[in-house]
Amino acid sequence: MENTKTRKQASPRLPTERPFLRITDLTKMFGAFTALHEISLEIYDGEFVCFLGPSGCGKTTLLRAIAGLDIQTSGTVEQGGKDVSALPPSERDFGIVFQSYALFPNMTVRKNIAYGLENRKTARSEIKSRVSELLELVGLPEQADKYPAQLSGGQQQRVALARALATSPGLLLLDEPLSALDAKVRAYLRHEIRALQERLGVTTIMVTHDQEEALTMADRIVVMNNGFIEQIGSPMEIYREPATSFVADFIGTMNFVPGIVEGAESVKVGKIILQCDLDESLDSGEVTVAIRPEDIEVQEASRGANQGNNVVEVSVEEVEFLGSFVRADFASDSIGNVRLRADLSINLVRRLDIVEGSTISVALPRERIRVYAKNG
Amino acid sequence: MQMSTPAAATVPISAVRIKPKASRDDWQMRAFMLVIGLYLLVALAFPLYAMLSKSFQNHDGDFIGFANYLEYFGTPALTYSINNSIFVAVITTGITVTVAFVLAYALTRSCMPLKGFFKSVAMVPILVPSLLPGIALVYLFGRQGLIPELLFGHDIYGPIGIIIAEVFFTLPHAMIIIITALSIADSRLYESAIALRASKPRIFFTVTLPGARYGLISAAFVVFTLTITDFGAPKVIGGDFNVLATDIYKQVIGQQNFEMGAVVSVVLLIPAAVAFFVDRIVQKKQVALLSARAVPLQPNPNRRFDSMMLGYACLVSLFILGMLAVCQYAALVKFYPYDLSLGLKNYQFDLMDGGGWESYFNSIRMATYTALFGTIVVFVGAYMVEKGRGFRLGRGFFQLLAMMPMAVPGLVLGLAYIFFFNAPNNPLNFIYGTMAILVISTITHFYTVSHLTAVTALKQMDAEFEAVSSSLKQPFYKVFSRVTVPVCLPAIFDIGIYLFVNAMTTVSAVVFLYGPDTTLASVAVLNMDDAGDIAPAAAMGMMIFYTAAGVRILHYIVSAYIERRTQKWRMR
Repeated sequence: MENTKTRKQASPRLPTERPFLRITDLTKMFGAFTALHEISLEIYDGEFVCFLGPSGCGKTTLLRAIAGLDIQTSGTVEQGGKDVSALPPSERDFGIVFQSYALFPNMTVRKNIAYGLENRKTARSEIKSRVSELLELVGLPEQADKYPAQLSGGQQQRVALARALATSPGLLLLDEPLSALDAKVRAYLRHEIRALQERLGVTTIMVTHDQEEALTMADRIVVMNNGFIEQIGSPMEIYREPATSFVADFIGTMNFVPGIVEGAESVKVGKIILQCDLDESLDSGEVTVAIRPEDIEVQEASRGANQGNNVVEVSVEEVEFLGSFVRADFASDSIGNVRLRADLSINLVRRLDIVEGSTISVALPRERIRVYAKNG
Repeated sequence: MQMSTPAAATVPISAVRIKPKASRDDWQMRAFMLVIGLYLLVALAFPLYAMLSKSFQNHDGDFIGFANYLEYFGTPALTYSINNSIFVAVITTGITVTVAFVLAYALTRSCMPLKGFFKSVAMVPILVPSLLPGIALVYLFGRQGLIPELLFGHDIYGPIGIIIAEVFFTLPHAMIIIITALSIADSRLYESAIALRASKPRIFFTVTLPGARYGLISAAFVVFTLTITDFGAPKVIGGDFNVLATDIYKQVIGQQNFEMGAVVSVVLLIPAAVAFFVDRIVQKKQVALLSARAVPLQPNPNRRFDSMMLGYACLVSLFILGMLAVCQYAALVKFYPYDLSLGLKNYQFDLMDGGGWESYFNSIRMATYTALFGTIVVFVGAYMVEKGRGFRLGRGFFQLLAMMPMAVPGLVLGLAYIFFFNAPNNPLNFIYGTMAILVISTITHFYTVSHLTAVTALKQMDAEFEAVSSSLKQPFYKVFSRVTVPVCLPAIFDIGIYLFVNAMTTVSAVVFLYGPDTTLASVAVLNMDDAGDIAPAAAMGMMIFYTAAGVRILHYIVSAYIERRTQKWRMR
C-alpha cells in the first residue's frame, strides 16, 4: 500500500461524545445460518467509515440492517439518539447508493434526482433549483436531460449519489458504489466521493471488498470476516497493527512463519530466536509470526547494520522485477521450510548486486513483527 | 479498538428478537396481495375442492367414499378413454415435437429466406379455437370431403383426425419453446467441434441435440398436456373415439351425471398435473443453462441445406394455411357439396343455433374484460409477490396458487365452477350465468402463463428500485406507477394480448358456464357443429381468427410505436 497517503486523522473522540450511529449486539440470522454475530459498533457524526471484508463476510448485510432493508434478528440500531431498530426504511433517515445504482431508466437525470423531492410540499421552483445545485455538486450540469442509459458508468454513479443526497439525509450509505466501474474511473471517483463527503460533512458508510478503496477513503475501517468484526481502526492502524492474522493477511501482503513462544519477549522460529513484543495472552505454545515484505531490512556492512538483533542469513531464491521495486523471495535453513518475501528498492538491489543465488543478511525489526495465536 | 469476540457463535437466549415494524407501504402491499390471493382462492382453490368432494358424493349429496371411482373403473366403456387419451397424446407429442424441432432448426440454424413469414404462419394456430382444425379435416377428408382418397379408406373421424388436429393446434407452442432452446446455443462449442474435425452428423448429435434437450423435453410435456386436456378437436373429429375430455362433457351435458363428471375430471387432472410438475423441474434446469453467457451462433449459408429447409418450411406453412383456407372456403360455399357458388349465406348466424351474431360480440366483450381486468390482477399480484417485504408465508402461498391453473384442464375448471358457484348456499351464486363468471374463469384458466410473463419482466427490473424509493420517503405506488409500469409496458401488453386471444378461442372452461345472454363465439362454433351446421361453424371460427389476428397486428403496431418512443432509455 505504498500510495496510502496520510490524511488528517478524524479528530480523536472524547469518551463523552455521543455517537451518531450506535449498533449494539446486532445479530442477523438467515434460517439457521448466522450472517452477523453480535456486532457492536459506534460511528460518529461526519465520519467516513468503510466496511471491508471478503464477499460473504456480512458487510452488506450489516449495511442493509442499518438501512432497515433487511432488519436484524436481534440487537439495536440507534441513529441520532433514536432507536430505529424495528423501523422500515421509509421511517429512517438515510440516502443510499447501490452497486447497480438502481437509476430509474425511464426518467431523465433531472427527474431521477428530483424523485425524492416530490410530494414534500416543496415548490416546483425550489425543486428545480435544488436539482441544479446537486447537478453542479456532482459535476454533471450538462447531462440533466439525458437518460441513464446514455451516460457512462461513472456518470451514472454520480447521478445516483446526487439522488441519494437530494433530501439532505443525515446518513449516506454506499453499497460497493465503485465496483462496477473500470480501474481508472474508480480511482478518480474515490477522490471525488471523499471530497464531496468532506464538503457536505455527511456521515457516510461505504461497503467495499477493495482494500485500496478502504485505505484511501476511510477515516475508520471496520474489517469483517464470517459475520464478526475483526478490527476497527484508522487505515494506518489497520495496516501497521493488524489485530488478527486475518486482517494481516487480508490487507496488503504479509509473510507468515510458524513459531513457538520461548519467553516473555522472544519466539523461536526454525532454529533461531526472534525478539518481539508479545501479547500477554500468548504466553506459550505455537504462534504465527508475521512481517510485511517492505519491513524486511537488508543488512549492508558499510551502513552500521542492526547488529545481532533478529538478523538472519538468507539465500535469494527468486527476484521479480516489478518496475519501481523488486520483490525477492528468501529462504534459509535456520528459519525452516518457508520463504520470506521482501520488497526491495531498485537502488538497494543494484548497490548490493542482489541476484538469484546470492546470500545476504536481513534483519526483521522487532517493532515490525506481529505475533498471532496459531489459529487466531 | 473495539472487537467482538469470536467465541459467542450463536444468538444469546437473552437477546430480544427484533420484530420489524411494517410501514404503511407494507400494509398496503399486503392488503393488495390478500385481495388477489383471496381472488385466487375463490376462483381456483375453493371450486377445485368443491369438485373433489363432489366426486365422493352420490346424486343426493351424501358422502359415499370411493363408490363413484369404483363404478368408474368398473365400466370398461369409460376406462377405455384413459388409454385413448394417452394414446392420442403420446402420438401427437411425438409428431409435433419432431415437426416443430425441424421447423425451429430451419428458423434458427439455416439461412433460408422469409424466416419472419414462416414463423408468423406457424403461430397462426394460436389464433383459432381447437375446433377449427377439426372442421377443416371434415371438409378435407370427411365422407363428402375434398380429398378423402388420401386416407386410403381410413376414417378421419377417430384417432387419425384427432391427432392431425392436435398437431396443428399444438405446433406453435412446441415451436416457441424449441426456438428458445436452439437460440441459446454457444457458437464456441461448434467452433471447438469443427476444430476437432467432428463430422456434421456427429456435431448434430453431440452438440445440437444435447443443447436443446431441455427445450425438447419441455415442449414434449407442454404438447402432451395440451393434447390430453383438449376438448375441441376430439369433440368435432373424434367420432366414436372417446377421450377423457369428451367424457367429462358427455357425462355433464349429455347425461347430467355431475358426480361421474367430477370423477373423470379428477382422473384427467392426474396426468396434466404430473406433466406440469415435471415440466417445471425441467424448465428450472433450462434457466441455469441460459444464464451462462454464450456467443450467439450465426448460421452460415449452405445452398443445399437452406433450400431443403425452405422446402420443409413451405410444407408446414401449406399445412397450416391450407387448413385455414379450407375453413374459409367452406364458410363461403353456399351449400357444400351441391352448390359450390360462393356467398355470405353461412354468416347469417342469427338463423342458427349457438346465439347468433350476439355471441360474437359477447366474445369480444368477454375477451376485452378478460384482457383488461386480467392484466391488472395478474400484474399487480405478481408485483406484490416479487417486490413485497416480509410476509414470506403469504407470498409463498400466493406463488403456489398462481402456478396451479396451468395444471388444471379448462373443462375441469369449468365443472368445478358449476359445483362451487351454482351451490344455492354460495353467496356468490348471483354471478352464475353472467358475463362475470366467464371473465373470472378465463382469467383464472390462463393465469399461470400471464403470471410467469409478469414475474419474468419484474425480475429484470433492478431489485433496489423499491429500496431507493422508500429511502427517499416515497410511497411504493409511486415507483410502481412511474417506473415499474412504464418499464414493463411491453410485458403488460403481451399479457393483455395473450389473455384476449385465449379468451376469444377458448371453449373448454366456458362451455359449462355460459348462459342464454352470454353465449360465446367459440361455443357457438361447437354448438353449430353439433347441430350439423358445419359451414356456419367454420364461418364463425374464421371470424374468431380474423378478430384475434387483427388484435395481434394492432398489438404489433402499438408495440413498434412504443419501442420507437422509448428507445432513448431502453437499454439494448
